[in-house]
Parts: sequence; C-alpha cells; structure tokens
Amino acid sequence: MSHIKPENADQLEEAIKWALSEEESVEIIGSGSKQRLGRSVETSHQLDLSALTGITLYEPEELVLSARAGTPLVEIQEELIKNKQYMAFEPMDYGPLLKGEPDPGTLGGMISCNLSGPRRLKAGAARDHFLGFSGVSGRGETFKSGGRVVKNVTGYDLMKLMAGSYGTLAVMSDITIKVLPAPLKEKSYVLYGLTDEQANRAMSVALNSSCEVSSAAHIPQSISSKLPFEADGRSITVIRIEGYEPSIVYRADKLASLLIDFGTGTLITDGESRSVWQKVRDAAILSISQERSIWRVSLPPAQGSTFVESLKLEDQAEYYYDWAGGLIWLSLTDDGNASVLRDKLKGMGGHATLVRSVKTDDAGCPQHPLESGEHALMKRIKDNFDPKAILNPGRLYADL
Amino acid sequence: MKMPDPDQSIVAKRDEIAEALREIVPGEGVILSDRELQVYESDGLTAYRQPPLMAVLPQTVEQVSQVLAYCHAEGIKVVPRGSGTSLSGGALPLADAILLCMGKFNKIVDVDYENRCAVVQPGVTNLGITKAVEGDGFYYAPDPSSQIACSIGGNVAENAGGVHCLKYGLTTNNLLGIEMVLIDGTVLRFGGKHLDSPGYDLLGLMTGSEGLLGVVTEVTVRILPQPETARALLLGFSSSESAGDCVAAIISDGIIPGGMEMMDKPAIKAAEAFVNAGYPLDVEALLIVELDGPQAEVDYLIDQVSAIAEKCDAITSRISQSEEERQLFWAGRKAAFPAVGRLTPDYYCMDGTIPRNKLPLVLKRMREMSEHYDLRVANVFHAGDGNLHPLIMYDANNPGELEKAEDFGSDILKLCVEVGGVLTGEHGVGVEKRDLMPEMFNEIDLKQQLRVKCAFDSKALLNPGKVFPELHRCAELGRMHIHKGKLPFPDIPRF
Repeated sequence: MSHIKPENADQLEEAIKWALSEEESVEIIGSGSKQRLGRSVETSHQLDLSALTGITLYEPEELVLSARAGTPLVEIQEELIKNKQYMAFEPMDYGPLLKGEPDPGTLGGMISCNLSGPRRLKAGAARDHFLGFSGVSGRGETFKSGGRVVKNVTGYDLMKLMAGSYGTLAVMSDITIKVLPAPLKEKSYVLYGLTDEQANRAMSVALNSSCEVSSAAHIPQSISSKLPFEADGRSITVIRIEGYEPSIVYRADKLASLLIDFGTGTLITDGESRSVWQKVRDAAILSISQERSIWRVSLPPAQGSTFVESLKLEDQAEYYYDWAGGLIWLSLTDDGNASVLRDKLKGMGGHATLVRSVKTDDAGCPQHPLESGEHALMKRIKDNFDPKAILNPGRLYADL
Repeated sequence: MKMPDPDQSIVAKRDEIAEALREIVPGEGVILSDRELQVYESDGLTAYRQPPLMAVLPQTVEQVSQVLAYCHAEGIKVVPRGSGTSLSGGALPLADAILLCMGKFNKIVDVDYENRCAVVQPGVTNLGITKAVEGDGFYYAPDPSSQIACSIGGNVAENAGGVHCLKYGLTTNNLLGIEMVLIDGTVLRFGGKHLDSPGYDLLGLMTGSEGLLGVVTEVTVRILPQPETARALLLGFSSSESAGDCVAAIISDGIIPGGMEMMDKPAIKAAEAFVNAGYPLDVEALLIVELDGPQAEVDYLIDQVSAIAEKCDAITSRISQSEEERQLFWAGRKAAFPAVGRLTPDYYCMDGTIPRNKLPLVLKRMREMSEHYDLRVANVFHAGDGNLHPLIMYDANNPGELEKAEDFGSDILKLCVEVGGVLTGEHGVGVEKRDLMPEMFNEIDLKQQLRVKCAFDSKALLNPGKVFPELHRCAELGRMHIHKGKLPFPDIPRF
C-alpha cells in the first residue's frame, strides 16, 4: 500500500499526474471518517489530504469562509463559534454510525458527501452553501469554479457536481463556503405518544405553519429511551424552532395551539434541545452492532409513515424519522431485502442507501440504482472529468 | 459580439426542415413567416436582434423529445426559449437554429401541500406559481423583477435570483426536481418531491446552465408558508460608504433581512420622479431593509435595525406603518429600471457581484469611469449579497454610443472580478458576457466546463454562441497528453 500525502496544491496536482501516467487509481481520504461509506475502492494507493489544512480566508461580516480541503471540521466550527456563526446545514457526523465514536471529518469530506442534518428542511445541504473550489481533475489538471460570493451564475455550477460526488470527479484542494449567523436561542416542542401516522401529520401541520420550523423528527417508542431525554416509554415527536428569544417564545405558543389536536406537549430549551438534535442528526439512537445493517431512506416527507408501514418490519428492527418524515434511518438485523425496500419507493419517489452492511467486506449496491439514461449521463460526466478512472473508482457505483 | 457563422446548408433546407417538424408538431406549431418571427428576434437584451430559422411551439414532452431527436440526427441547432425575458441574450435566436418556444407548457400539474411543493410546466410564470398557492397561504420564494412575465423554465436555465435571495436562496435552492430532454431526445428526471438524490447532482448542474445542456419540460419547486408579516425600513445616508457600513453592521449583528436593497442618488431621483414613493432626495444613498416572519420577531428586529442605523449615522429613517406603506417603499425600487428608462433613450443593465466591503471602492471607480466614458450611470444594488445593477444611460441613435456603453459595462465587470467578485450574479452570461469569461476563468477552467457540455451535447447543437467564448470539438477536449515516466515525483511525502 502506498500512501501519498501532498502538502500543497502543486504536490496534489503532481500526485494525480503521476497516478495518471502510471494508470494507477487512488483512494482519496481526509481523516478517514467516512471511508466505510459507499462502495469500497479497490486500489493499492491512498491519496491522503490530511496535510492540506488551514483556514485561508474568513470574513464573518461577508459570511464567507475558505479553507483547504483537509481542514478538520472541528477547527472550522471552533472558529465559527467564536464569531457566533455556523454552517446552517448542520453537517451530520457519520462517526457514531461507522466507527462507534464521533469523528466529524474534514471540510473536503463534508462537501464530497454533501452532508446535511435535521435543519435541511429549512437550510438545505452542503451543496446549498458551497460557493467555490479549486481542485485537480482525473486529467491531472488544476481547475477552479465558482467564487467567494453568494450570488454567482457565471458558468456551470460545478460546485453542485462536486458536492456528493464522493471524490470520483476531481480532488478538491481549496473550498469556499457560505456561513451564517447562528441562532441565539432554540426551543423544541415535544409531543408524546403519537403513532407514526399521527406524528407524520403533526409534523406536516407544523411545517406548513408560519412558525418557521427548522427541524421535525419522530422517534418511535421502541427507541425513544435512547434519547438524552425522559420519554417515559412513549414515542417522541420533536419540532425545533430557532432564533431570537421573543420570536421563539411567540412561535412556541403558536405551535402548541396549532398542534392541540395531537395532545399537549412540553418545551425543551437550548442545551437540552441541542443534544436531542445532535443524536437525531448523527443517527446515534440506532443500535449499531456488527450484526446490524443501517439504511438511509429519502422520500417525500408526507409518505414517511406509509412507507414504513408497508415494510412490515420485524420486531427487532429500529427506525426513526427526520425531515418531517422525509428521511428515515433504519437498523435491521440483516441487510434486508434491498429490492423489496426499493420497490416500495416506486410510485412515491425517493431512494434508499445501504449505509452499513452486516457483511464486513462489501456492501453490494449501497446506492440506489439509477435509471439507465441518467446512469449513462453520469458515466459520460465521469469520463469527461476522470477518463482513466483513477479517482476513487467504483465508490458510488461500479463504474462511477 | 460575433455569433457563430450560420450554416448555409441548414438555411437552404429551411422548407424541408419545416415540413419534417410539422409532422411532429402539427397545425400552427411551426412558425415561418417573417412577420410572426419578428416577435421572437430578441429577448430582454434588446441591443441584439436576429430572427430564427423558424420557431417551433411544442405542446407535449413527446413532441419536444421528437423535435430534439430530429435536430440531433440532422445536425440542426436549437435555441430554447421561455418567456424571452433574459437580460443577457440567453434566448437570442440564430439564423440557422430553430427556436424552441416552451410557452405552451403553461399548466400547474400538481400542488402538494403535504409535501410543500408544486409541480409545474416550464412555461408557467414565476408569479403564476405564487398565484396558484397564495390562497392557501403559500408562496414561491425566488422573485426576479421580471416575475410577472418570466417562466419557471427560464428561471431554472438562468438560476434566477431576486430581492429575497439573501434569506431564501436562489432558484437552485428552491428546486426539488425537474424533467428534461437531452438533445438526442432522451427524457430524464432528476429529483422529485424528496430532498436529495443518489449519484451526481444533475438537478443542481442543470440549474443555471443557460439552455446549453437540455430542455426542461417539468419543474418541481418548494413552496413556503407565507411569512406572518413583513415590514420595511427606509434609511437615508449621506454617503454610500455609510450605507455600506450599515449593511455590514446589520449582518454582523446576526440579522439576515428578507431583503436589503441600496440605491444611489441618481437612482433615487429617477425612482422618486417616477412613482412618488416619498424617498428623501437629499441623501446620497438609500437602503430598504425588509424584515419578514412572525409578528414578534419582526417587531423585535425593526427595533434592532433602527438602532443600528442610528449608530451608522442614517440621516433619515422611516418604518412602514402599514402594508400599503411597505409596498410604497418597494414601489420605487421595483420601478427603478423603467424610471431610469425615462431619463434616457436607452440604458444598459449590468449584473456583477462583489464582496460587499468593496462597495465604496467599486462605486468610486465607477464614478471615474462614468466621467471617462461621459455616460451617466445609476446604481441599484442587492446590498445584502453584493449584487450590483449599474444602469448605464446612453442613446443608441448617437453613433458609437452603444459600443461605448458596452465598453463601460465591460470595465465595470472586469472591476468586479478584480476585487474578488464575479461577472454575473443572476442575469446569466448569455451572449452579453460571453467574451468576458476569460476574465474569470483560465483556459483549463473553461475547457473543464466545456467537457460537461460534451457529456450532454457532444455536437454542440443546444444554444451555441452563448456562455463560452470559444467552442472546441469534444474529441479535442477529450485528448490527454500524458508524459509517462517524466514525473519523478520526488518531493511528496510517501510512506
């Protein structure tokens, strides 16, 4: 195993030119926090970006931050907190799921996996806050796209293409993102004992109100005890509002009256609320023993409970809903029947990803299969960025 | 601006092509007469005019697919068009290209409140979406100034913005899915009513691709519950610097207003003379700051922003006391373009974005350029996100003045790039800024973008002559020069 660790952007280009000339593929890693995510890459070379670190520009009043791709997210978050700012899309930490402990990883990994969190409903994902980058394509050429301003339609939006490409198109060396003022206060309104179907409707009522709900999740009774919160053996439906004190007090009252048909809830505030949402964000309330698989299902929010019901899950299965029903995390005692699971999504739309397989070697087809025309188009894009398939080959799909 | 030379062999086959297309789109769906084609010879960038080879108005996705497949097979160029409001010439026809007009795709397909989205055909206007859902308390957030006329398909192609994108994002942040047709006729769907998709984000890539990658035939947008209330402040300053400082102070305080617009003195005077919005005329810069959301929040933030404005030496400050007054504050800003239009036979609207703190420098340099070119300029500015709209006033009847205005505009955009900004914030590159692309991108950057084009449209038939200053054949772009063994690779740590 060779391990190549460039220390600057020039060395990164040199490394990829070498790989190209030798027709040797490389696995791209930052901190390695999400190495188990997606298909495994068959190669004997690792391209390690962990030496490309450092914030290169941060202008809080301009809401912009640039850093090298290997910069640990923790470092960025510390800097943001000092200025009462944050990444509004709330990137999840895959550490608890994949490694059994927190590991937020690097900026490059966050963008490459297009991370988001419970606030996605309101704030979008990493893709929506990604302003520009510089990187090296599989052709061994350094190129850039975007810039440092939010409003920019100059040329194709290659940031969208890079976000979620799992390092299969180019290796980014420098990344610029939009940052925002962090909300001063947060409260979550908690309803107890709702069925999945009731909770799905309650979350919809909340989201469709003018209360500016930023997150809504439902945790069934079977796993609600894993929340840092007294659930008393009941299911929990949590609805988050954030902002200025007078505003959230007002909105919390309004939510309570709007949701009166679903019972009387309680409010949790700031630290307590944040710790609940962190667990929800990181799927850290599911059992993650080696004998269990983890599925991530994204679907139209209002269809969440209908979908789960159609699965007729075994008793040992664990699941919960985020994104007002639009994201379901599922833990099974085997890998489940992928085609049955995916078939159930037909007609309603959405996709299912096998995040963690019970098999230690390969997760089979972790990503939802694509329609043939769409797949062919993605392959042509891959070929145009990385014609010799030297960058993370097969990470997304066998040929991507 | 030079457009690609028309392919005379295509022009010569005009009747034959029309006949073939009438097989696909029967009746009046193929327009050939000079008089009728006049309607289509220009878009919002009226300095350029060119009648198309013919206009085709399909009504179904199947027809779009067949028209494109035919054009692909025959090597005929295609320029897609929505409502034709592009300010950068994105829908400018070509003499040897059919103009594919999507105006008949004007239906709302599905409004799904449970999933907070609407599925619409691409010819539905931006405002049409809000109109369809406002009775139920919802709206579609992006609001370009042309929203009464511009189509959602065009909004996708241009990644349209508006005055509220500081808080609510651009088109790209408000889309959930599209259906589109590739030049070879393949119909594809990206996204849907769910929030993310597997594989590459082709929905995001298509947004803002200016009609060069495919033709959008259906759009699923996010709709939002209407904010409970909105109020605006009208703040006057003795200099654009202090207005700029106020914008920075508001954001530094952690406030992201629904809208934050700035106008300079010439723009204020023009707008006030036009709509009598009650703007102060003795100020150098005017800010409109709109706060929207729950009543309690808006009341709280109005007080905060008032206090900040006072600290930033605002010389006038008014807070809207009613919905009518709020609308009046906006009336002047929204009418700024036509208001400037009354002062001058012609005006040229630019669209650069800059880092906000460069505003004083950019305005100063713009004043110098205005003297140099001897052309007046008025500025309206999406102050929150640094998007400038200088309006250069000129008279096209004076020989050479259009060229002078264009040179002035180019200088402004080069300045935007020089200070760390970009050529276009929301109007698109189109024809207008095509030749300025090398100011922002080097050859490698541009070639990588062109390779994306190759993946979608290897014969370069869709909207040629737009966005990219130079076309390269895809075969040439695909070539690689690999020097085997010549990269000793000595300096990189390996272990």
